[in-house]
Amino acid sequence: MQEKEVIIIGGGAAGLAAAVACQEKGIEDILIIERGDYLGGILNQCIHDGFGLEKFHTSLSGPEYAQRYIDRVVAKKIPFLLNSMVVNLTPQEEVIVINDKGLQHYRAKVIILAMGCRERTRGAISIPGARPSGIYTAGVAQELINLKNYMVGKKIVILGSGDIGLIMARRLILEGAEVITVAEKLPYSSGLPRNINQCLYDFDIPLLLSHTVVDIQGNGRLSGVTIAQIGKRGGIIPESRRKIICDTLLLSVGLIPENELSLEAGIVLDTMTGGPQVDERGQTNIPGIFACGNVLQVHDIVDNVSLEAEYIVEGVAEYLEGKLTKEREIKVELGNDLRYVVPQTLMRPKDIIFSFRVNQPGRKKILIFEDGKRLIKKKSLQRVNPAEMIRVKLSSRDLEGIKTLKIRLV
Amino acid sequence: MNTKNNHFDAVIIGGGVVGCAVARELSKYKVKVAVLEKEDDVSWGTSCRNSGVVHAGFNNKPGTLMAEFCVEGNKSFKELCDQLDVPYKKIGKLVVAKKKEEIKDLQKLKQQGDTNGVNNLQIIDLNEVKRLEPNIEGIAALYSPETAITSPYLLTIALAENALDNGVSFFLNTEVKNIDKLNGFGFRINTNKGEYISSYIINSAGLYADKIARMIGENKYRIYPCRGEYHILDKNVSWLTNHLVYPVPQAGVGGLGVHLTPTIDGNILMGPSNEYIKRKDNFSTTSQIMKMLSAKAGEFLPLISPGYIIRSYSGLRAKQAPSSEGGFWDFVVEESDTVDHFINLIGIESPGLTAAQPIAKRVVEIINKKVRLDSNPSFNPFRKGILRFEEQDEETKKTLIKQEPDYGEIVCRCEKITKKEILKAANNPFGARSLISIKYRTRAMMGRCQGGYCQTRIIEILRENFNLVPRELTLKGNRSYLLTGYRSNEVSKSCKKKKLLSLEGGLLV
Repeated sequence: MQEKEVIIIGGGAAGLAAAVACQEKGIEDILIIERGDYLGGILNQCIHDGFGLEKFHTSLSGPEYAQRYIDRVVAKKIPFLLNSMVVNLTPQEEVIVINDKGLQHYRAKVIILAMGCRERTRGAISIPGARPSGIYTAGVAQELINLKNYMVGKKIVILGSGDIGLIMARRLILEGAEVITVAEKLPYSSGLPRNINQCLYDFDIPLLLSHTVVDIQGNGRLSGVTIAQIGKRGGIIPESRRKIICDTLLLSVGLIPENELSLEAGIVLDTMTGGPQVDERGQTNIPGIFACGNVLQVHDIVDNVSLEAEYIVEGVAEYLEGKLTKEREIKVELGNDLRYVVPQTLMRPKDIIFSFRVNQPGRKKILIFEDGKRLIKKKSLQRVNPAEMIRVKLSSRDLEGIKTLKIRLV
Repeated sequence: MNTKNNHFDAVIIGGGVVGCAVARELSKYKVKVAVLEKEDDVSWGTSCRNSGVVHAGFNNKPGTLMAEFCVEGNKSFKELCDQLDVPYKKIGKLVVAKKKEEIKDLQKLKQQGDTNGVNNLQIIDLNEVKRLEPNIEGIAALYSPETAITSPYLLTIALAENALDNGVSFFLNTEVKNIDKLNGFGFRINTNKGEYISSYIINSAGLYADKIARMIGENKYRIYPCRGEYHILDKNVSWLTNHLVYPVPQAGVGGLGVHLTPTIDGNILMGPSNEYIKRKDNFSTTSQIMKMLSAKAGEFLPLISPGYIIRSYSGLRAKQAPSSEGGFWDFVVEESDTVDHFINLIGIESPGLTAAQPIAKRVVEIINKKVRLDSNPSFNPFRKGILRFEEQDEETKKTLIKQEPDYGEIVCRCEKITKKEILKAANNPFGARSLISIKYRTRAMMGRCQGGYCQTRIIEILRENFNLVPRELTLKGNRSYLLTGYRSNEVSKSCKKKKLLSLEGGLLV
């Protein structure tokens, strides 16, 4: 059994930022465990730009963004393992790691979960039809094209307007493929507005809202899909069915925080975020296990992942100093229009950044924080969109002495 | 014995579980045997698309081959799986009555089972149902402790590998086009890969057995494809049931009803539906049936939720009973009465998996009546499967990685499958290297992320180790290519025509 002060599971955006932040807090004995053969995780396959606007005030590509952190990890000699899979995590902060050197046990005072997320698949959303080749999730297609130099198809239909799907629409056009359409089940896009503009409209790719794939054809390779419009009550409008000849269907239908290890350790998940339920410093129900990044909640921009990682590391440092005490336990309540909030519980009166997503797009909304009848804080929002995470900071003064906390959108 | 490469004593048409069982059974004798399979790998028809249940034999009418072979197959199944290193678990089955009227049907089923020679059947009451299956709704059940589960594709692959090991030749991607009866005796079988000469033909072509029979002028058979769709549930909810849970079968329906089947790997299957369709190659799933399956399963298991589904698929039953009649027609396992040496295995639907070995033995008996078969003294009944790293204890895992560092690379995260296992699967003796061939042999890509993490890694392992170009990488052989090639340098038309880009065109074009 090897002992560490902090073990970080995952060497992607969240894990790297957490490691650097830990090191800056003076935590010396860190280990990053990464399953891939390089640090940076999914950032490496995101070769488009737009990363770092908030964090570094410049537009970087994914690999460039990752490299800024990797350089610091290397410069500060923070230890990391590559090609190493954590196969088990216990509530006692023990992990089992498998790599080509063997099977090793580690124990740490703190575990930071930074495993990221995975893509929802065809099976999970039960798309009917045949089972040919040529059906990829957008992220897999992105990896095959950008990292492995393969081409996945020539005539493409994309289902779902998640950001990776939008980015891939542009990417495939630039690689000489034809992107026939992007179909989105909802009446609004689930990707960021800037991606809709830069990846679809700039390339004349039609976005069909309230449309979905209702059938897949093809015996060997995919030969076509049938799309149809979804009516007001959620059913398919039969006369809107039409066949599209294509050889590839890309799915960008949602991301799921990858919490298999967390579940094994007995960490309680939030059904709405798919990530662990945490307190204001990202600590899960198991003391000493923290979570940040997409394993906690799926983010739309990587800058927020880094910021979140840095933010929870403040709690990690306090925990290691024995200062992270539980002074109270307030469960944050949500109004109907909000899909989720992180953190879910408050333990101490501290400055806290709350992250939200709304259920529906809307304009001129007010976000209200209240303790019973007492208004704590109001924030007006010009425009809200489920695709865009809202982050609001409340100060320790705002939260001093509260008994309950309810957040709603009006 | 024939010595020419394409001359055989017996040619088996169809590499499903029955064809491969016949191949292995014949390899116990001194005969030269070949299996012709139209697909890229064995087991890709109905054999890989069923519930994987080793039935006890109480569903079948007494006196039928179905009943006889099922009971016999059930009793010898464990030994077969032990010899071939195939997973087998005797988990037992409950046929659950939801209403009082159905209890009568349970008693009839039990009686039928007792007559067929099924052991240990008992009717259990509500309390006992709840004790065995706390999450299942029902008032009584027929409990069959002898019913077991296996992996239908791993069994087929194991039978084939063992047959190959004992001298049987396998010709994959080989589709029979027509058959000529030769003067004197024997047949010439014309395929897309040339001709084969054989004195015996065993027609084990499953859904296409009627078509093969017609090639020698036997027109009396007709196979109707009857589709069954399934959902596969996440391993996270394997606790939902401990046993196979079935409804009381309905008369005139050619299936056993939507049931819950724990798989050998810890998933639960929900299904199958029962729908006569036109085409024998239509393995689609449909939205109505997918919804119906969830609803039907929910009647037994209120805790079930569509959110647990990780994948859906369908299989086709090779039914002789037309849709107007429904129900089950007995297996045909006999030499053609018009053409000597042509053995028909027709209508091998459920319980065909359980019955595969007894059917194979019957085929040998039929041949043995005419030609005395000498036993093959070097026959080896044993075969080893691919070692599953994840199932080993910690010390073994450490040793394995030390000996073979490829065991230290976990390629499939969900199912914890290592690079070594992928390589072993890809090095199978049939040269089947599609993703599906790897998947069936290792379980890689079968987990909840459905290959999201490992698919690219497997593609790279295949390409690097077998020097494949992108076009040669397939999902399931033939035309199911995964990639269209390497990334091109072409600038697409729609990109060129954009003003925005043409303004910077000096850089681009």
